[in-house]
Amino acid sequence: MIAPDPSSHTAPHGRPGPDDAAHPGDHAEAKRRFLRDAATSVRDTEHRAFVRRALGGYYQTRDAQKSRYRDWEHARDAASVAKWSAVNRLDELLPRFEAAFTANGGVVHWARDADEARRIILDLLRAAGARAVIKSKCMTSEEIHLNAAMEADGYGVVESDLGEFIQQLRGEPPYHFVFPCMHVRRGEISDLFTRHLGSPPTDDPEELTMIARRHMRRLYVEADVGITGANFLVAETGQISITENEGNARLTAGLPRVHIALAGIEKVVERLDDLAVLLPMLATAGTGQPLTCYNTLYSGPRRPGECDGPEEMHVVLLDNRRTAILADPEQRDSLHCIRCGACLNVCPIFKNVGGFTYGTTYQGPIGSVITPHLRGLADWNHLSGASSLCGACTDACPVRIDIHHHLLHNRRNAARCAPHRWERLGHRLFAFVAARPWLFALAGRVGRLTLPVAKWLRPPLLAQWLDSRDLPPAPRHSFRSQWSFRGRRS
Amino acid sequence: MSAPAPAGRSARDTILARVREALAAPAPLPHLAHHAPQPAAGGLPILSTGASRPWLPDGGDTPAETMNIFVENLGKLRAVVHRLPDMSAAADLVFTLTRERDWRRIAHHRHPLVAPLLAGVPCATYCVDDHGHCVDDHGHCVDDHGGPSGAESAAAKDALEGCDAGITGCEALVAQTGSILVSSATCGGRGLSVLPPVHLVIATADQVVATLGDALEEARQRHAGRLPSMLSFITGPSRTGDIERILVLGAHGPRELIVIIVDDARA
Repeated sequence: MIAPDPSSHTAPHGRPGPDDAAHPGDHAEAKRRFLRDAATSVRDTEHRAFVRRALGGYYQTRDAQKSRYRDWEHARDAASVAKWSAVNRLDELLPRFEAAFTANGGVVHWARDADEARRIILDLLRAAGARAVIKSKCMTSEEIHLNAAMEADGYGVVESDLGEFIQQLRGEPPYHFVFPCMHVRRGEISDLFTRHLGSPPTDDPEELTMIARRHMRRLYVEADVGITGANFLVAETGQISITENEGNARLTAGLPRVHIALAGIEKVVERLDDLAVLLPMLATAGTGQPLTCYNTLYSGPRRPGECDGPEEMHVVLLDNRRTAILADPEQRDSLHCIRCGACLNVCPIFKNVGGFTYGTTYQGPIGSVITPHLRGLADWNHLSGASSLCGACTDACPVRIDIHHHLLHNRRNAARCAPHRWERLGHRLFAFVAARPWLFALAGRVGRLTLPVAKWLRPPLLAQWLDSRDLPPAPRHSFRSQWSFRGRRS
Repeated sequence: MSAPAPAGRSARDTILARVREALAAPAPLPHLAHHAPQPAAGGLPILSTGASRPWLPDGGDTPAETMNIFVENLGKLRAVVHRLPDMSAAADLVFTLTRERDWRRIAHHRHPLVAPLLAGVPCATYCVDDHGHCVDDHGHCVDDHGGPSGAESAAAKDALEGCDAGITGCEALVAQTGSILVSSATCGGRGLSVLPPVHLVIATADQVVATLGDALEEARQRHAGRLPSMLSFITGPSRTGDIERILVLGAHGPRELIVIIVDDARA
C-alpha cells in the first residue's frame, strides 16, 4: 500500500484525498468530514456563485447541441443498449478485446486492485528505463493514486491536460471529473504559474493557456513513457478510444516510446460501430459539443510503414471492485457510465456542496452511487443522502443509468446491513399509531399543539434536521376534521 | 527491447472468474423510451446500425447536402474551409498563406494531394516520411526498415516541433459532426496532424461522408482487416475550457485548422 502523498493528494481543509483503503474501525469518519465540509461550502456563497457561473453556459450549449439530434431520446436508447449488451457480456468481450489487441502487437495486463495496477505500471516504467513520464487525463489513475506511486519511485510525472496540470501544481485532486479546476479563479492560476513556471502575471485565460502550452512542448518530446486512460475498449478490433479536446492525449500517446493506457474493465464495447453513437453522445452530454476535438482510436504500437508512434503499447485492465458492482444486477447499469459528467453539471447538491466535499475520486450523483460499492457501503452510505432525489441526474444521463433510484437502493441496502436502531423504533411506533385511528387523531392533536414550540425545544432526534429546515406553521384543523366539515357543507 | 510479461495469469483468471460469477444473475433489461423489446434479441430491441441512424444529427442524403452540412458544421467549430476548383488554386492558396504568415518551415508527408501544394512554396519543407522507409503514391509503405532508431526518432520529433504548419491528407471528412478523420498510416503518422501550431488538410470533394458510422466503415474497408495503429477524428482546432470554462483555442494541438477541399484533383 502506497502512503498517500501529502503534496499531491491533500484537498483543502487539510482533508486527505480519496483513498482505496477502507478506513479501519471508524465508519463515521468519512461522513463527519462530508457533513463538516458541506456545511462550510454551503455557507461560502461566493464560491457557490462562482461554480454556478462556470456551469451556467452548460445548459445552453448542451441543449442547442441536443436539438441537432433528430431524436435525442432514441439516441439515448441506442447508447443504453450498446452499453447494456457489453457490460452483460463482459465475460465474453474482455477476452475478445485481449485477443484482438494482442494480435495488433499490444500487451494486455490484468489488475485485480489498485496495488496490482500500480505495481504493473511501475514494472513497465522500470523495464522501459523511463525517467520522464507524461500523462493525459485519466480518472482511473486518480482512483489508484498512480502519480504518488510514480513520484515515490523517483519518476518525474507531468499531467498534460491543462486542468489536471493546474491541479497537480496546486496539490489537489480534481474538483470535477471532467472539469478538474473549474473552482479555480484565473488570478489564482496566474499566481500559481508565476510561482512554479516563472511566468509574468496575467488574467487573460488565453495567455495562461499559452504559458502552459509552451511549458509542455519540450516535455512531450522528451518523455519516455506516455500514460493515458481510455474511454472505450473496442472488443472486435482491439482498439482503445480516447476522447479529449486539447490534443494533449494525442501527443501523450503519439510521441513517447512507450504508451500505457489504464482502463476499468467496464469500458468495453463490442463493435467499432457502437462508437458512432457513443462518441457524439459523450460529447453532447458532457460539454455540449457535436464531438470533442480529438476522438482517437489506438490499436497498438507503431505499425511497419508508419513514420512515428510508440514501440510498445500496454493496456492495464483494472477491476478494483468493479466486479462487486457487476455482481449487483439491480445496480449493474451504473457500470454503463461513460464519465461525461452531465449528472454533476445538473446536480443541485454538487452545485451547493462542491466537488471536494464528496471526498471521492468520482464526484456527484454517479460517484455517490458507485463509491459505496468501490470503497464500502458502511463508510460511504452517507453519500446516498446527498441527494434531493429530484432525478435531474437520471434525466441528464446519456446512457439512461437510473442514478437517483440507485441512491435509494443504496439507502435500503445500508439499512438492511446495519439497521438504524432509532429509525426502526420510529417506524414501528408510526405503524402502531397509524393503525389505530383514535391514537392517530390524538397524536395529530398533540403534534399541532407542540409544533410551534418544537423549533425551540429541539428534541434530540430532530435537532440536526431542524438545523437547515424550517417547520411549517401548524394547521388549525386536522385533515380529517376539514374533510368531514367540508363534506357536510356540500 | 522486450516488454515484460503480463503480470501473472492468475489476475486474469481471478477477474474473469469474478465476472462470470457476477453475471450468473441476469440484470433487468434497460428502460427504453422508444423501443419495444424483441424476444429474438434476448429481450433487447433491435436498433439500426451503421449509416442508417435517423435519430443522430443529420449528415445529409445527397452529396451536395452532405457537403453543405460539413462546411456549416466545420465553420461553427472555428475552423476555416476553402472550397476550390482544382489543385492549382489550392497551391496558390498555400503559397499565399506561407507568405502572409511568414512560415519558415512546413511539415508534410508523402501524399498525392500534398505534393503539388508544396512544389513552389516559398519556404523550407520537412517530410515526416523521410527516415528509413519509402512510401508509394497512396501513402502506403513499400519497404520498411523497422522504423526510425532512437536518435532518429528524437531528431524527427524536434524537427516536427520546429515547423510552423503541417499539411496532411485525410481518410474522410464527416458532415454529421464537422470532423476530419486522419490515420497514422495515410496522414503522416501520429505527430504531424497535432504537433505544429497550424494544421492544413487537403481533401477532395468526394471524400466527404455523411456520418461517423460511414467514416469508420470506409476506413475499415480501405485497410481491410489491418487498421492503422491510430485513427483520429479531428473536430475543430484544439481547445480548452479549463480556465473558468472560457473557450481558448490552441491548448496543446493546433490553434488553427484549415481545410482545403478541391472539386477536381486531376488538374
